[in-house]
Amino acid sequence: MGLIIDIIMSGLISGSMFALLAIGFSLIFGVARIVNIAHTAFYMLAAYCIYFVTHKMGFHPIWGMVAAVVLVTLLGMICYKIFINPIREHEGAVLIATIALAMAFQEIMAIIFTGTYLSVPSLIKGYLLILGVKVFYQQLLTFLAALLILIVLWALLMRTKLGLAIRSTAQDREVANLMGINEAQVAMMTMGLSVGLAAFTGAVVVPLTILQPHMWMHPLIMMMAVVVLGGLGSLKGSFLGAYILGFAEALVVFLAPMGAYLKGSVALSVMIVVLLIRPEGLFGVSFEEER
Amino acid sequence: MGLILFYLKKLFTVLKNEVLVLPSRVVVVLFFLLLLLLPVFTKDSYLLRIFTLTSIFAILAASWDLLSGFTGQMNFGHALFFGVGAYGAALLNKYVGIPPWGTIPLGALGAVLAGLIIGIPCLRLRGTYLALTTLAFPIILMGLVFAFPNLTGGDLGISGIARLARSRVANYYIAVVVMLGLCTIMWKITDSNTGIIFHAIREDELAVRASGINTTRYKLLAFCLSGFFAGVSGGLYAHFMRIAGPSTLEVSMSFQVVIWAIFGGIVTIYGPVGAVFILFPLLEFLRFWQEYRTLMFAGVVLLILLYMPDGLFRWLRDKIEKECPRCKIRNVAMRDTCRVCTAPLD
Repeated sequence: MGLIIDIIMSGLISGSMFALLAIGFSLIFGVARIVNIAHTAFYMLAAYCIYFVTHKMGFHPIWGMVAAVVLVTLLGMICYKIFINPIREHEGAVLIATIALAMAFQEIMAIIFTGTYLSVPSLIKGYLLILGVKVFYQQLLTFLAALLILIVLWALLMRTKLGLAIRSTAQDREVANLMGINEAQVAMMTMGLSVGLAAFTGAVVVPLTILQPHMWMHPLIMMMAVVVLGGLGSLKGSFLGAYILGFAEALVVFLAPMGAYLKGSVALSVMIVVLLIRPEGLFGVSFEEER
Repeated sequence: MGLILFYLKKLFTVLKNEVLVLPSRVVVVLFFLLLLLLPVFTKDSYLLRIFTLTSIFAILAASWDLLSGFTGQMNFGHALFFGVGAYGAALLNKYVGIPPWGTIPLGALGAVLAGLIIGIPCLRLRGTYLALTTLAFPIILMGLVFAFPNLTGGDLGISGIARLARSRVANYYIAVVVMLGLCTIMWKITDSNTGIIFHAIREDELAVRASGINTTRYKLLAFCLSGFFAGVSGGLYAHFMRIAGPSTLEVSMSFQVVIWAIFGGIVTIYGPVGAVFILFPLLEFLRFWQEYRTLMFAGVVLLILLYMPDGLFRWLRDKIEKECPRCKIRNVAMRDTCRVCTAPLD
């Protein structure tokens, strides 16, 4: 029984984390056709930012979270302006520009904070006993915050003018431009939104994980798997795919022998099996050229 | 005697009329000569080691270009082929006892098999989907490597396999000659009919299919060919380093290949090779600033991309050569008229 609760909690948390990351990633892909490998590097930056604010400057973690989201979003927009915008027509160049950015961030963090494992205190101490299993308040908080931000994001995309602009640019950039939407500006805003989401994910997840400069690799792979599984550009697909892979990971870790090594493999195999049955992903729309 | 004179004369004519007229061809010939003559000038074993590794990775980068550059099938998991080649060669050498000249081709055949296995599901996918899916395969294999440490050595890898050759110079020559040979073969493939079909698949797959060409078969062929060359480089790497570890399957390995190829300019074969010969020794040179090494590497890549998004070697080539507007033959940028049809160059 305790095992089931463990699996559920772990699945829900990693699922929400993948969902937040994957939605940010597919937003900027949909609007600007940028495959942003550095997406999870921003998540790592946010985590280190919180560490810096709480441990080195001594503020309350909540200020660390605010600072992380604001600063990392700004940094993301600056990076977009300087490095990605000038070469946006060359898809391959954008790809390695983002890889190089991610590597640069990783190295800068390794130089400043060294490669040692660090951790951040949780916002709320204590735990809840559910059927004899410790469920930390921080875990619940992470999950609820992720759900909340997903709802806010949904409202933003579906109910506001900016959301309409983002969705229409994602559907057809040229026609959106003809309708008077400033496409460059929308791309910039989306980049901010996407990086902001990554930073927020980092902010809520960081008390549960260990900080080290390579911490962006595993989420990156899982995030890409989620995006492919759910169908590129489909927010609903990303959401569902994230929980599928999150639970697949949790099940393998808790049930299979050598689970910690195999968790990535099994989750990715799930993705490949789904792709064999539905090549456009769970909710992807099969555009002939876009796929 | 007459025959030899005839061939010498022919060689001279070809050299004069085909090679010396274009600076890029002169550079290629000089590159071949320099690589082949390097041990004559220096016996420094550190330098030879760097260039041996550079040659091995040059094969890998060029094989990525053959698949992803020419056919347009973005492969983010190229480390899979490299890893399968390396592990295949290492396992065969350690447990079956086949010497390197047998294990490397067999390991490469294993990589071809891997190409077939991942090619079949991936053929339904295009563009970004394909790129993100292929990223998964080396990671799946890496999970398996860690899950069966008895056979694969787990984290430590398979060590103690036979060396490629006794001396460093012999190692160097094996790697360089294999690299030059395979890259010439790849370049020839891209120049042949098959290569033209590869080009066409990248540009417009529907049109190729409408012309009655079985594109699925050609895409699988591209996966297999690329897998073979990458597998050879993996086998060479395993026998040269005498270890096949999980680092050959890492995500950063796959990314490294993509960086090399795009940095040099895709759809060229010579671009990725040249890029490896610049970036890999550069990374070694930067080891004096160990901590800042990767950071500076990333910085160089970012800066060069800002100014030459098409790749370094294409940019250079466009600077020193111009294409004749009438007959599409390349000329030195200094000329006013085309060297063949005398049309004015703009």
